Amino acid sequence: MKVVIKNGRVIDPSQGIDGVCDLAIEDGKIKEVKSEKSRGKSQKHENNRGTKEIDASGKLVLPGLVDLHVHLREPGYEYKETIRTGTTAAVRGGITSVCCMPNTNPVNDNSSVTEFILKKAASEGACRVFPIGAITKGQKGEELAEMSIMYEAGCVAFSDDGRPVMDSLMMRRAMEYSRILKVPLISHCEDLALSAGGVMHEGLLSVTLGLKGIPPQAEEVMVARDIALAELTGGRLHIAHVSTEGSVALIRSAKKRGMADVTAETCPHYFSITEEAVGNYDANAKVNPPLRSRKDAEAIKQGLHDGTIDVIATDHAPHHRDEKLGEFDFAPSGISGLETSLGLSMRLVDEGVLTYSGLVEKMALKPSGIIGIDRGTLRPGAEADVVVVDCSREYRVDAGEFLSKGKNTPFGGWTLSAKPVLTISLGRIHEWE
Amino acid sequence: MSKVLLNKEDIGRIITRMAHEIIEKNKGVSSLCLIGIQRGGVHLAGRLAARLQEIGGQNIPVGALDIALYRDDIAVRKEQPVVRRTEVAFEINNEKVVLVDDVLFTGRSIRAAMDAVMDFGRPSAIQLAVLVDRGHRELPIKADFVGKNVPTSIEETVKVEFEEDGLEDRVVLEWV
Amino acid sequence: MGLKSKDLIGIKALDAADIEQILDTAAGFKDVLGRDIKKVPALRGKTTVNLFYEPSTRTRTSFELAAKRLSTDVINFSVSTSSVVKGESLRDTALTIQALGADFIIVRHSCSGVAHFLANNLDASVVNAGDGTNEHPTQALLDLFTIREKKGIIRGLEVAIVGDILHSRVAKSNIYALKKMGAGVRLIGPPTLVPDVLRDLDVEIYSDMEKGLKGADIVMMLRIQVERQGKGFFPTTVEYFRNWGLTPERLAGAKKSALVMHPGPMNRGVEISSDVADGMRSVILDQVTNGLAVRMAVLYLLAGVRE
Repeated sequence: MKVVIKNGRVIDPSQGIDGVCDLAIEDGKIKEVKSEKSRGKSQKHENNRGTKEIDASGKLVLPGLVDLHVHLREPGYEYKETIRTGTTAAVRGGITSVCCMPNTNPVNDNSSVTEFILKKAASEGACRVFPIGAITKGQKGEELAEMSIMYEAGCVAFSDDGRPVMDSLMMRRAMEYSRILKVPLISHCEDLALSAGGVMHEGLLSVTLGLKGIPPQAEEVMVARDIALAELTGGRLHIAHVSTEGSVALIRSAKKRGMADVTAETCPHYFSITEEAVGNYDANAKVNPPLRSRKDAEAIKQGLHDGTIDVIATDHAPHHRDEKLGEFDFAPSGISGLETSLGLSMRLVDEGVLTYSGLVEKMALKPSGIIGIDRGTLRPGAEADVVVVDCSREYRVDAGEFLSKGKNTPFGGWTLSAKPVLTISLGRIHEWE
Repeated sequence: MSKVLLNKEDIGRIITRMAHEIIEKNKGVSSLCLIGIQRGGVHLAGRLAARLQEIGGQNIPVGALDIALYRDDIAVRKEQPVVRRTEVAFEINNEKVVLVDDVLFTGRSIRAAMDAVMDFGRPSAIQLAVLVDRGHRELPIKADFVGKNVPTSIEETVKVEFEEDGLEDRVVLEWV
Repeated sequence: MGLKSKDLIGIKALDAADIEQILDTAAGFKDVLGRDIKKVPALRGKTTVNLFYEPSTRTRTSFELAAKRLSTDVINFSVSTSSVVKGESLRDTALTIQALGADFIIVRHSCSGVAHFLANNLDASVVNAGDGTNEHPTQALLDLFTIREKKGIIRGLEVAIVGDILHSRVAKSNIYALKKMGAGVRLIGPPTLVPDVLRDLDVEIYSDMEKGLKGADIVMMLRIQVERQGKGFFPTTVEYFRNWGLTPERLAGAKKSALVMHPGPMNRGVEISSDVADGMRSVILDQVTNGLAVRMAVLYLLAGVRE
């Protein structure tokens, strides 16, 4: 099969491309990116028979996005999301590779679960799925999981996401051991004693709402610990969902000291909204780490701008409608983020925080590099993961239209402008109006 | 459009006449008490009591009754009526209670007032004194003492103003 | 005349005129409570449901009596005798109660925000009888009523609130109400229980009881949850009493005319000494009586709101 996406503005930081080009795809691989200048000459020699032409005039053509932080919920919580619905939602959001967190039931702490996920993804997935294995058995923080066996089975990173490894010695061992695989440990930084019982950012708002607060320091002490342990062990550390100004400062100073093996991600909700979104106990704004202050959100943007934060991931955490309805304290944390991620992140370009290339770096190229996959690029020979984005028409976010089972979003009713209109994933073209 | 039905002098004369009628009917002022219905009735009751005292030479207990909590239209009104003070600082058991109101109209306020009075005790009799009876009764209620009967149309309003509220004593008929 | 919302969720949503109106109306109901026949037919035919997810005798009884004295039918629905223990969702329980024809739902719950949630999901008037550590609006209203009754005016008074501000919905509602009515508010207690961020609400914060009480017109004591002593908020109740317990000596530092209040139930010897609790300046029992009048006023006024 041959496909040519014509006249779009192609953004590919891996090749330094940002300009109107034609993108040619053949047999599921990128064939070439032809710029306007070279286009005229080669066109005559081209055999256009059997080629599907797609007009992308006025639109952006990007490598398919790579999401380092997704909860697909299968196995065990299929009422929240399945591999089929989660990957379909990803593709709708322009994401063609998702890394799924191990907090399923059973936990992905052994190769049979990894194999189950990959088999299911191969038969039902709309995009590539890269499993993340648990650091410790059952995510209990007590015994190391069989990391290298899971690595062979296909795990690309390890994390006890949602249940941080509180025991510093265990975390040290895990970092040391992971060096044999050269894969990152993804750390959900939260001091569980400091955050105990907390359901939102600690501050005047939490006190006046009568909700238990989580101070920024609950995240920052663990960011500091994990950076110290990475320094001690030489292991690779990727800090998940950075939400506070203090964390950004800690990571910035670690990078300044030359710690190239420390990387960090944030999520669209940490730079798009603040604790105010909790409003009158809207559980759709309950997420862990919690939505922070305006100052924190500004610091996150600064961290993205100056390169302290490498990656934008979604932390897509779908939940059933009923679970978010009722007592705020009892509602599970999480935001269904796959289908709003690009639209929200594109606002950073409008605000001058990132360039288009910078955005693609954070959402495609860098995450690929961190887990060592050859994606997030439009280099000839690479997998044809492509997304075409229309930035010209405003639209309203309607959770009811999400393809994800999780309709839990605090962004319902928002007006965004960037919307994927075509995604190529696993050799299939998905096109929407 | 409006028309003054009674002025200050008219009202003064009427109160004097009604005081005499009350003494006449009750053969004196012993075992008698007055309870005015908030708000106009309260002013009227005060003046009647003063006049009764002048004539009968005896102190008459005067109370104020708020009927907001006894109304029958709470479920259909747009807003709750303001709850005002009820002050009945005397025993009414076996006393003759004269309820005093400014205007007698549908009779519903009087029904509510009688229920309220009953919650304070068991008077030997309840009588009713009103300054103006404008007709249009919706309940079988009749005043014992009437200052002036005024035939009205249902669209008209009868407004009673008192010096106690910082206005000039008068009764006005208003219509559109 | 009339409140703006069908529900009473918190003082936060009220303005000074609303508060004034409730207090004025409550004065009328206090008259009713002084009569031989303490019941009025005002809300005859209406149904009140007490939906209590937390054990409470005082507040539930007060609401129950208030509702009965307005001639509404009252049903008590508490956690131990209902399907709540079987794990029915909050929303389903509330919808069930509404389907039974409740006009007023009085709710108490250990989670903040529950009254809000119910109000948004039900047509019935919801009255917050305490949600988590958020608000307890009728307690604040009865406290203000008592202050106004004794002092004549609220504006300009200095009110010291002593104890576990962080976890106290009573304190929160009182802070909002007192500020809206123009009183000065000082919060006194250990820093573990008095968050500094509350300074943003224009209140003074003291950890030194003597300094905080100086010149106060009202001393409002809060109940200390004895369970908190093991959790690092303070070492022991003995040390707590030594630092923040209200004794006659400490009370002497406040104004001579200062009143002592407590929402009850009291821990004698923990936050307040018996000498003070039973002393001349204590208006603790007046608070209980006034609670009835205030709750009657709230139900009466809410019944008049048509949305």
